[in-house]
Amino acid sequence: MYTFLLSKIEVGSHLYVNFSDTLHFHAETIFVSTLVVSVISLFLILGTRDLNRVPGNTQNLLEVIYDLVKSIALTQMGPSYYSQFLPFVATTFLFVLGSNVAGALIPWKLIEIPSGELAAPTNDINTTACLAILTSIAYFSAGLKIKGLGFFKRYIKPAIFFLPLNIVEDFSKPLSLNFRLFGNVVADELTVTVICSLVPLIVPLPVMMLGLFASCLQALIFATLAAAYIGEVIE
Amino acid sequence: MVDSIVSAASVIAAAIAVGFAGIGPGIGQGNAAGQAVEGIARQPEAEGKIRGTLLLSLAFMESLTIYGLVVALSVLFANPFLG
Repeated sequence: MYTFLLSKIEVGSHLYVNFSDTLHFHAETIFVSTLVVSVISLFLILGTRDLNRVPGNTQNLLEVIYDLVKSIALTQMGPSYYSQFLPFVATTFLFVLGSNVAGALIPWKLIEIPSGELAAPTNDINTTACLAILTSIAYFSAGLKIKGLGFFKRYIKPAIFFLPLNIVEDFSKPLSLNFRLFGNVVADELTVTVICSLVPLIVPLPVMMLGLFASCLQALIFATLAAAYIGEVIE
Repeated sequence: MVDSIVSAASVIAAAIAVGFAGIGPGIGQGNAAGQAVEGIARQPEAEGKIRGTLLLSLAFMESLTIYGLVVALSVLFANPFLG
Protein backbone atom coordinates (compact mmCIF):
# COMPACT_ATOMS: atom_id res chain seq x y z
CA MET A 1 0.00 0.00 0.00
CA TYR A 2 1.31 3.42 -0.93
CA THR A 3 1.47 5.84 2.00
CA PHE A 4 3.13 9.18 2.30
CA LEU A 5 3.92 11.21 5.36
CA LEU A 6 2.61 14.67 6.04
CA SER A 7 3.93 15.94 9.35
CA LYS A 8 4.14 12.37 10.70
CA ILE A 9 0.46 11.61 10.13
CA GLU A 10 -0.09 8.10 8.91
CA VAL A 11 -3.34 6.48 7.88
CA GLY A 12 -3.61 2.80 7.16
CA SER A 13 -0.32 1.55 8.59
CA HIS A 14 -0.57 -1.49 10.79
CA LEU A 15 1.59 -3.93 12.64
CA TYR A 16 1.35 -6.94 10.36
CA VAL A 17 1.65 -10.44 11.70
CA ASN A 18 2.10 -12.83 8.80
CA PHE A 19 0.27 -16.09 9.19
CA SER A 20 1.06 -17.34 5.72
CA ASP A 21 1.89 -15.70 2.38
CA THR A 22 -1.64 -14.58 1.69
CA LEU A 23 -3.03 -14.26 5.21
CA HIS A 24 -1.90 -11.64 7.68
CA PHE A 25 -3.36 -10.04 10.77
CA HIS A 26 -3.37 -6.50 12.08
CA ALA A 27 -1.86 -7.22 15.47
CA GLU A 28 -2.70 -3.94 17.20
CA THR A 29 -6.36 -4.06 16.16
CA ILE A 30 -6.72 -7.63 17.39
CA PHE A 31 -4.94 -6.80 20.64
CA VAL A 32 -7.08 -3.75 21.49
CA SER A 33 -10.36 -5.35 20.46
CA THR A 34 -9.61 -8.46 22.52
CA LEU A 35 -8.82 -6.20 25.45
CA VAL A 36 -12.08 -4.30 24.99
CA VAL A 37 -14.15 -7.47 24.70
CA SER A 38 -12.57 -9.06 27.76
CA VAL A 39 -12.92 -5.92 29.90
CA ILE A 40 -16.58 -5.51 28.94
CA SER A 41 -17.37 -9.20 29.49
CA LEU A 42 -15.60 -9.25 32.85
CA PHE A 43 -17.43 -6.12 33.95
CA LEU A 44 -20.81 -7.50 32.89
CA ILE A 45 -20.25 -10.94 34.42
CA LEU A 46 -18.96 -9.60 37.72
CA GLY A 47 -21.61 -6.89 37.83
CA THR A 48 -24.55 -9.24 37.33
CA ARG A 49 -23.29 -11.91 39.75
CA ASP A 50 -25.35 -10.97 42.79
CA LEU A 51 -28.33 -8.83 41.88
CA ASN A 52 -30.17 -7.09 44.69
CA ARG A 53 -33.58 -5.58 44.91
CA VAL A 54 -31.90 -2.36 46.06
CA PRO A 55 -29.21 -1.79 43.41
CA GLY A 56 -25.67 -0.77 44.32
CA ASN A 57 -23.42 1.43 42.19
CA THR A 58 -22.43 -1.18 39.60
CA GLN A 59 -25.91 -2.56 39.30
CA ASN A 60 -27.29 0.94 38.79
CA LEU A 61 -24.91 1.53 35.90
CA LEU A 62 -25.77 -1.82 34.35
CA GLU A 63 -29.48 -1.12 34.66
CA VAL A 64 -29.03 2.23 32.91
CA ILE A 65 -27.17 0.51 30.05
CA TYR A 66 -29.82 -2.20 29.84
CA ASP A 67 -32.62 0.38 29.75
CA LEU A 68 -30.82 2.26 26.98
CA VAL A 69 -30.31 -0.74 24.68
CA LYS A 70 -33.80 -2.00 25.49
CA SER A 71 -35.35 1.33 24.51
CA ILE A 72 -33.35 1.32 21.24
CA ALA A 73 -34.56 -2.17 20.35
CA LEU A 74 -38.10 -1.54 21.55
CA THR A 75 -38.65 1.67 19.56
CA GLN A 76 -37.25 0.16 16.35
CA MET A 77 -38.72 -3.35 16.43
CA GLY A 78 -41.92 -3.13 18.44
CA PRO A 79 -42.87 -4.97 21.63
CA SER A 80 -43.48 -8.45 20.19
CA TYR A 81 -40.12 -9.13 18.55
CA TYR A 82 -37.57 -6.94 20.28
CA SER A 83 -36.49 -9.44 22.92
CA GLN A 84 -35.17 -11.89 20.28
CA PHE A 85 -32.80 -9.34 18.80
CA LEU A 86 -31.92 -7.41 21.94
CA PRO A 87 -28.71 -9.45 22.51
CA PHE A 88 -27.38 -8.58 19.05
CA VAL A 89 -28.18 -4.88 19.38
CA ALA A 90 -26.74 -4.73 22.90
CA THR A 91 -23.57 -6.52 21.88
CA THR A 92 -22.88 -4.26 18.91
CA PHE A 93 -23.64 -1.19 21.01
CA LEU A 94 -21.32 -2.22 23.83
CA PHE A 95 -18.50 -3.29 21.52
CA VAL A 96 -18.59 -0.11 19.43
CA LEU A 97 -18.91 2.06 22.53
CA GLY A 98 -16.10 0.21 24.28
CA SER A 99 -13.72 0.40 21.33
CA ASN A 100 -14.42 4.07 20.59
CA VAL A 101 -14.03 5.09 24.21
CA ALA A 102 -10.92 2.94 24.60
CA GLY A 103 -9.38 4.70 21.62
CA ALA A 104 -10.28 8.15 22.94
CA LEU A 105 -9.50 7.75 26.65
CA ILE A 106 -6.51 5.42 27.03
CA PRO A 107 -3.15 7.11 26.24
CA TRP A 108 -1.99 4.49 23.74
CA LYS A 109 0.80 6.76 22.46
CA LEU A 110 2.86 5.85 25.54
CA ILE A 111 3.24 2.28 24.27
CA GLU A 112 5.44 2.14 21.20
CA ILE A 113 5.18 -0.68 18.70
CA PRO A 114 7.33 -1.28 15.58
CA SER A 115 4.85 0.08 13.02
CA GLY A 116 1.44 1.67 13.20
CA GLU A 117 0.17 2.57 16.64
CA LEU A 118 -2.31 1.30 19.18
CA ALA A 119 -5.67 3.04 18.76
CA ALA A 120 -9.38 2.34 18.70
CA PRO A 121 -10.08 -0.95 16.88
CA THR A 122 -12.82 0.83 14.96
CA ASN A 123 -10.25 2.97 13.13
CA ASP A 124 -9.36 -0.13 11.14
CA ILE A 125 -11.83 -0.50 8.28
CA ASN A 126 -11.80 -4.29 8.68
CA THR A 127 -13.40 -4.08 12.13
CA THR A 128 -16.21 -1.81 10.97
CA ALA A 129 -16.73 -3.87 7.81
CA CYS A 130 -17.06 -6.95 9.96
CA LEU A 131 -19.64 -5.26 12.16
CA ALA A 132 -21.58 -4.06 9.13
CA ILE A 133 -21.59 -7.50 7.51
CA LEU A 134 -22.74 -9.02 10.80
CA THR A 135 -25.63 -6.55 10.76
CA SER A 136 -26.53 -7.64 7.22
CA ILE A 137 -26.48 -11.29 8.22
CA ALA A 138 -28.58 -10.45 11.28
CA TYR A 139 -31.34 -8.77 9.30
CA PHE A 140 -31.40 -11.44 6.61
CA SER A 141 -31.69 -14.21 9.17
CA ALA A 142 -34.23 -12.22 11.18
CA GLY A 143 -36.41 -11.79 8.11
CA LEU A 144 -36.11 -15.43 7.08
CA LYS A 145 -36.78 -16.62 10.61
CA ILE A 146 -39.86 -14.52 11.24
CA LYS A 147 -41.40 -14.21 7.78
CA GLY A 148 -40.10 -17.36 6.14
CA LEU A 149 -39.98 -17.14 2.36
CA GLY A 150 -42.41 -14.22 2.51
CA PHE A 151 -39.31 -12.21 3.38
CA PHE A 152 -38.45 -11.96 -0.31
CA LYS A 153 -41.74 -10.20 -1.02
CA ARG A 154 -40.21 -7.00 0.24
CA TYR A 155 -38.01 -6.84 -2.86
CA ILE A 156 -41.01 -6.15 -5.09
CA LYS A 157 -42.62 -3.60 -2.79
CA PRO A 158 -44.16 -1.13 -3.48
CA ALA A 159 -44.03 -2.16 -7.17
CA ILE A 160 -42.18 -4.68 -9.32
CA PHE A 161 -39.86 -2.13 -10.91
CA PHE A 162 -38.39 -1.29 -7.49
CA LEU A 163 -36.57 -4.64 -7.58
CA PRO A 164 -33.13 -3.31 -8.66
CA LEU A 165 -33.33 -0.44 -6.17
CA ASN A 166 -34.16 -2.84 -3.34
CA ILE A 167 -31.30 -5.12 -4.27
CA VAL A 168 -28.85 -2.20 -4.40
CA GLU A 169 -30.12 -1.16 -0.98
CA ASP A 170 -28.97 -4.47 0.47
CA PHE A 171 -25.43 -3.59 -0.54
CA SER A 172 -25.55 0.10 0.29
CA LYS A 173 -26.79 -0.48 3.83
CA PRO A 174 -23.68 -2.28 5.13
CA LEU A 175 -21.46 -0.01 3.05
CA SER A 176 -22.86 3.15 4.62
CA LEU A 177 -22.80 1.64 8.13
CA ASN A 178 -19.17 0.70 7.56
CA PHE A 179 -18.05 4.07 6.20
CA ARG A 180 -20.01 6.05 8.76
CA LEU A 181 -18.35 4.41 11.76
CA PHE A 182 -14.89 4.19 10.21
CA GLY A 183 -14.96 7.74 8.86
CA ASN A 184 -16.15 9.27 12.11
CA VAL A 185 -13.52 7.54 14.23
CA VAL A 186 -10.71 8.32 11.80
CA ALA A 187 -11.91 11.90 11.41
CA ASP A 188 -11.82 12.41 15.19
CA GLU A 189 -8.34 10.99 15.48
CA LEU A 190 -7.05 12.93 12.47
CA THR A 191 -8.43 16.21 13.80
CA VAL A 192 -6.78 15.64 17.18
CA THR A 193 -3.50 14.64 15.53
CA VAL A 194 -3.43 17.66 13.22
CA ILE A 195 -4.21 20.09 16.04
CA CYS A 196 -1.65 18.38 18.30
CA SER A 197 0.99 18.82 15.62
CA LEU A 198 0.18 22.56 15.42
CA VAL A 199 -0.39 23.38 19.12
CA PRO A 200 0.46 20.51 21.44
CA LEU A 201 -0.82 22.03 24.70
CA ILE A 202 -4.37 22.66 26.03
CA VAL A 203 -5.84 23.64 22.63
CA PRO A 204 -6.58 20.00 21.58
CA LEU A 205 -8.53 19.34 24.79
CA PRO A 206 -11.95 20.68 23.65
CA VAL A 207 -11.54 18.83 20.36
CA MET A 208 -10.77 15.65 22.30
CA MET A 209 -13.91 16.16 24.38
CA LEU A 210 -15.91 16.60 21.18
CA GLY A 211 -14.30 13.43 19.84
CA LEU A 212 -15.28 11.49 22.96
CA PHE A 213 -18.85 12.75 22.69
CA ALA A 214 -19.01 11.88 18.99
CA SER A 215 -17.62 8.41 19.70
CA CYS A 216 -20.42 7.68 22.16
CA LEU A 217 -22.95 9.09 19.69
CA GLN A 218 -21.61 6.87 16.91
CA ALA A 219 -22.13 3.78 19.07
CA LEU A 220 -25.71 4.86 19.69
CA ILE A 221 -26.26 5.47 15.98
CA PHE A 222 -24.74 2.15 14.93
CA ALA A 223 -26.99 0.27 17.35
CA THR A 224 -30.06 2.32 16.34
CA LEU A 225 -29.45 1.66 12.65
CA ALA A 226 -28.83 -2.05 13.17
CA ALA A 227 -32.07 -2.26 15.13
CA ALA A 228 -33.89 -0.22 12.49
CA TYR A 229 -32.70 -2.47 9.66
CA ILE A 230 -33.85 -5.55 11.56
CA GLY A 231 -37.13 -3.85 12.44
CA GLU A 232 -37.70 -2.91 8.81
CA VAL A 233 -37.66 -6.50 7.54
CA ILE A 234 -39.79 -8.02 10.30
CA GLU A 235 -42.52 -5.41 10.52
CA MET B 1 5.98 12.31 -14.72
CA VAL B 2 2.60 10.61 -14.89
CA ASP B 3 2.88 9.75 -11.22
CA SER B 4 3.45 13.36 -10.20
CA ILE B 5 0.47 14.50 -12.27
CA VAL B 6 -1.66 11.81 -10.63
CA SER B 7 -0.44 12.90 -7.17
CA ALA B 8 -1.25 16.55 -7.85
CA ALA B 9 -4.67 15.65 -9.21
CA SER B 10 -5.28 13.46 -6.14
CA VAL B 11 -4.53 16.28 -3.73
CA ILE B 12 -6.89 18.62 -5.59
CA ALA B 13 -9.52 15.88 -5.75
CA ALA B 14 -9.27 15.32 -2.00
CA ALA B 15 -9.73 19.03 -1.31
CA ILE B 16 -12.73 19.22 -3.64
CA ALA B 17 -14.28 16.06 -2.17
CA VAL B 18 -14.20 17.35 1.40
CA GLY B 19 -15.13 20.89 0.42
CA PHE B 20 -18.22 20.01 -1.56
CA ALA B 21 -19.26 17.28 0.86
CA GLY B 22 -19.38 19.93 3.57
CA ILE B 23 -21.87 22.21 1.82
CA GLY B 24 -25.04 20.14 1.83
CA PRO B 25 -24.85 18.79 5.38
CA GLY B 26 -23.91 22.28 6.58
CA ILE B 27 -27.13 23.71 5.19
CA GLY B 28 -29.11 20.75 6.50
CA GLN B 29 -27.65 20.95 9.98
CA GLY B 30 -28.30 24.68 10.10
CA ASN B 31 -31.94 24.12 9.18
CA ALA B 32 -32.34 21.33 11.71
CA ALA B 33 -30.72 23.31 14.54
CA GLY B 34 -32.80 26.38 13.70
CA GLN B 35 -36.03 24.41 13.76
CA ALA B 36 -35.00 22.75 17.02
CA VAL B 37 -34.35 26.12 18.67
CA GLU B 38 -37.72 27.32 17.44
CA GLY B 39 -39.35 24.22 18.87
CA ILE B 40 -37.66 24.69 22.24
CA ALA B 41 -38.65 28.37 22.34
CA ARG B 42 -42.25 27.45 21.62
CA GLN B 43 -42.35 24.51 23.98
CA PRO B 44 -39.54 24.63 26.57
CA GLU B 45 -40.76 21.52 28.41
CA ALA B 46 -40.01 19.33 25.36
CA GLU B 47 -36.33 20.31 25.40
CA GLY B 48 -34.99 16.88 26.37
CA LYS B 49 -36.79 15.03 23.61
CA ILE B 50 -35.91 17.66 21.00
CA ARG B 51 -32.25 17.59 21.99
CA GLY B 52 -32.05 13.82 21.66
CA THR B 53 -33.68 13.75 18.26
CA LEU B 54 -31.61 16.71 17.08
CA LEU B 55 -28.31 15.11 18.06
CA LEU B 56 -29.23 11.86 16.35
CA SER B 57 -30.27 13.57 13.13
CA LEU B 58 -27.21 15.86 13.19
CA ALA B 59 -25.02 12.77 13.40
CA PHE B 60 -26.81 11.29 10.38
CA MET B 61 -26.17 14.45 8.37
CA GLU B 62 -22.60 14.52 9.55
CA SER B 63 -22.06 11.07 8.09
CA LEU B 64 -22.60 12.53 4.59
CA THR B 65 -19.58 14.76 5.11
CA ILE B 66 -17.73 11.78 6.46
CA TYR B 67 -18.32 9.90 3.20
CA GLY B 68 -16.53 12.73 1.41
CA LEU B 69 -13.75 12.53 3.97
CA VAL B 70 -13.37 8.79 3.43
CA VAL B 71 -13.03 9.37 -0.31
CA ALA B 72 -10.46 12.09 0.33
CA LEU B 73 -8.50 9.89 2.73
CA SER B 74 -8.44 6.96 0.36
CA VAL B 75 -7.27 9.26 -2.44
CA LEU B 76 -4.52 10.73 -0.23
CA PHE B 77 -3.25 7.73 1.70
CA ALA B 78 -4.28 4.67 -0.29
CA ASN B 79 -4.35 5.96 -3.83
CA PRO B 80 -5.57 3.27 -6.22
CA PHE B 81 -4.35 5.18 -9.32
CA LEU B 82 -0.66 5.25 -8.45
CA GLY B 83 1.22 2.32 -9.92
